[in-house]
Amino acid sequence: GPLSERRLMDVRLGELPAWLATRDISPQGLLGGVQKAWSSYYDKYINVKRGGPAGISLLLAGYCLLSYGWNYQHISKSSFLASV
Amino acid sequence: VISSVLHATRPLHTTQQCSAPLPPLPEKGGEVRHGLIPEEFFQFLYPKTGVTGPYMLGTGLLLYLLSKEIYVINHETVAAACILTVIIYGVKKFGPAVAEFADKLNEEKVGKVLAVKNEAIKDLETAIELEKKEQWRVEGRNYLFDAKRNNVAMLLEANYRERLLMVYNEVKKRLDYQVAMQNLKRQKEQDHMIEWVEKNVIRSITPQQQKDSVAKCILDLKALSKSAQAAV
Repeated sequence: GPLSERRLMDVRLGELPAWLATRDISPQGLLGGVQKAWSSYYDKYINVKRGGPAGISLLLAGYCLLSYGWNYQHISKSSFLASV
Repeated sequence: VISSVLHATRPLHTTQQCSAPLPPLPEKGGEVRHGLIPEEFFQFLYPKTGVTGPYMLGTGLLLYLLSKEIYVINHETVAAACILTVIIYGVKKFGPAVAEFADKLNEEKVGKVLAVKNEAIKDLETAIELEKKEQWRVEGRNYLFDAKRNNVAMLLEANYRERLLMVYNEVKKRLDYQVAMQNLKRQKEQDHMIEWVEKNVIRSITPQQQKDSVAKCILDLKALSKSAQAAV
């Protein structure tokens, strides 16, 4: 279908900037995007009859990666490594 | 908690209301390998790199991160390794038990709600039965009204006859009174007449006649006694 209606997973790599241009960047749009992402994740991994480890483990892994990325500057300084 | 908060801000009642029952929850969630990586990633790489592709990618990525010190090995690594070991051990050992317990809780909840629903359905069905019975009863109301009409007619008849009897009695009483009056009058007249005649007769008996009659009686008695003595 047309570029603006496709989901992220269906967009080819070359069309990514064009696709990003069609997205709604206003705060409501961003919030709506976040809500849609969360509800799709929720419906796929958490809102099931017999879930597995995937529900929270993915969230925890994402949190680990994100916090590592935020603290990379501090972690990569070798000054405190020398104190060991 | 997160899900409830985010869901609370979602706009409600946006689509048309449809009364079809909700689709049931899916049985299992999305497939995940090693508890971390969704199966879709492996399927995504399968056409180009086969089965070992994602693992090679993972190994290469790991070595790159380590060698370039993008991932720094320090005390946190050791702590993370210990924590992960404990978590994985706990999940593998107690996972099924906890899952069974949670399933049992769920079953109980669903069972309770289903019981309520079945209760309600049964109650409504008995209500329908009663209603049908009432409708059947309505057909019999003709008989009911006939019986009632008969009752009323009988009451009216009984009352009428009672009053008829009363009228008859009253009239009879009055007529009896009239008859009694006439009888009494006739009786009184008779008595009075007899008395008057007797009085006049007695008055008319002169003393001489009285003496004569007494002497005649004595003579008669003597004659009678003689004939009686002779008879004996």
